[in-house]
Amino acid sequence: MYRYDSYDRQLVQERVEQFRGQVQRRLSGELTEEEFKPLRLMNGLYLQLHAYMLRVAIPYGTLSSTQLRTLAHIARRYDKGYGHFTTRQNLQFNWPSLADTPDILAELAEVEMHAIQTSGNCIRNVTADHFAGAAAGEVEDPRIWCEIIRQWSTFHPEFSFLPRKFKIAVTATDRDRAALRVHDIGLKLLRDHRGIGFEVMVGGGQGRTPALAKTIRPYLSAEHLLSYLEAILRTYNLLGRRDNLYKARIKILVDAVGPAEFARLVEEEWRQIPQDRVDLPEAEIRRIRAFFAQPPFETVPQLDPEFELLRRGDRAFARWVKSNTAAHKQPGYAIVTLSLKPHGGIPGDATSEQMDAIADLADTYSFGEIRVTHEQNLALVHVRQRDLFALWQALIPLDLATPNIGLATDIIACPGLDYCSLANARSIPVAQRISLALQDLDRLGAIGELKIKISGCINACGHHHVGHIGILGVDKKGEEFYQVTLGGSGDETAAIGEIVGPAFSSDRVVWAVATVIETYLARRSGPEERFLDAYRRLGPDPFKEALYAAH
Amino acid sequence: MALQAITANRLIDGAVVYLSAEGAWVPSIASAALAESEDDAAGLTAAGERAIAERAVIAPYLIEIERGPDGIRPKRHREQLRALGPSVSFGRPAAV
Repeated sequence: MYRYDSYDRQLVQERVEQFRGQVQRRLSGELTEEEFKPLRLMNGLYLQLHAYMLRVAIPYGTLSSTQLRTLAHIARRYDKGYGHFTTRQNLQFNWPSLADTPDILAELAEVEMHAIQTSGNCIRNVTADHFAGAAAGEVEDPRIWCEIIRQWSTFHPEFSFLPRKFKIAVTATDRDRAALRVHDIGLKLLRDHRGIGFEVMVGGGQGRTPALAKTIRPYLSAEHLLSYLEAILRTYNLLGRRDNLYKARIKILVDAVGPAEFARLVEEEWRQIPQDRVDLPEAEIRRIRAFFAQPPFETVPQLDPEFELLRRGDRAFARWVKSNTAAHKQPGYAIVTLSLKPHGGIPGDATSEQMDAIADLADTYSFGEIRVTHEQNLALVHVRQRDLFALWQALIPLDLATPNIGLATDIIACPGLDYCSLANARSIPVAQRISLALQDLDRLGAIGELKIKISGCINACGHHHVGHIGILGVDKKGEEFYQVTLGGSGDETAAIGEIVGPAFSSDRVVWAVATVIETYLARRSGPEERFLDAYRRLGPDPFKEALYAAH
Repeated sequence: MALQAITANRLIDGAVVYLSAEGAWVPSIASAALAESEDDAAGLTAAGERAIAERAVIAPYLIEIERGPDGIRPKRHREQLRALGPSVSFGRPAAV
């Protein structure tokens, strides 16, 4: 993992003290709310429906066990004993007091964490493939480049007041687990005869005007990443709209001028940038790369015989292995996803007790490192096969072993109107009801891969546009209604879902999801045809027919 | 005119509060002072302005209130959630 140097440390500590002074001046009346609000937002402190909310950055979704224990401690001491992991690989505390926030930030700084740039019209926390460093077929660990972007973008004076917020994601395999195409910039690391480089995608996003990012450069030599990003950001900063909040994202600009023209403008800007003054020297890239060296794996057989015996002998264990583990690049190791989606629970919530226990398990089984997934789960990515059974048994009493990763009850849901001041409808209770309706494990397995994503407003924090089944909460004359979209996807076959028809009342939305699933099961070519593939083959008509005919 | 109360978030911790008949900002909507006329409502708004100046609350605003079998409650769904807190049981400890 990356460790702060003296610059990082000083920067974050100074910011804590600045904010402490700002809070004091707010409480003493020197600052009005109008003056204070932009200052608190720059430090990740929002005001939501019931309380302040502090959004803590988890750079590219990587946490050490020490950091996770600190999050558990903060939740216990300053909040209500839990935190909420988000679709941006961040953690939100839902109940901090304003007076306590400087102390919380000081505790975070002690473990090299902060809440800087988790709000505002700046470059936000860079996200990555949550299996980085462990995934089979990886070019190299994408977090090396995330960390380079993090350092470059932190307090970047030119890009602190962009037309709108800006999100960058990085992957390094052909599988896209970071939803690149719905980011302002998506970077896919690749390698060819020229060496390592990036496919650069620009102008994706969800929200009111969903758009898939367009590739503006199929190959950018990795060494020029920062100067090229600077050219994109500068082009956007100059030409992006500031007159209309809803038209200010880069996706609107790319669409307005066209991807080819946008690419030309970026290239033109890039040629004018003194690249050698922006791009990192090779020695600095090497220094950062060294922090992400692979952990000291043991040389073990590809298939551990004891593990195989246990898997064959225990149906529940086999089920969990099938859904909650993934192939590791190192023989004899596995990637384990801990489900934060217990049936009937709140997607993404973890209690202090769970966080402490996960930190201990990470120390025992996974080199003390934890990942946050954008699908609101946690992962231990370097687990020996022979330890899987013991880990599974430890996870069960913690309620972290629901065998549902990638299945219909692994639902993404934004906080919705239960917490969020922007929401129009609740998301969490809908996720809970769907999850309880689909909790039969045999049936869940039979349905197969199915991604249900729920947002409580058009801002789409719950990624509903890229849900295989997307659900958007709307307010119709004071009542919660839910619009259903089908066929969305956030992976390497990214697509924006299509609205299937008129919205459903809160009472009918679970029925609607069940009906879509029934229709799929009846019409799929066989159990191997996934929901998304079946939808792409069949189109929306059979689903519309089932949902709306005769009703 | 519909019944109205004034609500805000408390500066120090962001908690949802209502102005009571005694002039205090309290978490329980049951104690909220109710305005039945434009004049009453203007009085609540003025009290809200004073509370901003005194650094007690942030951004006070009037909400519509209705009387139900269990006492008063806000008319709008969003305000009902603000009055009662999240409708989900959060922070559920793991079954250890």
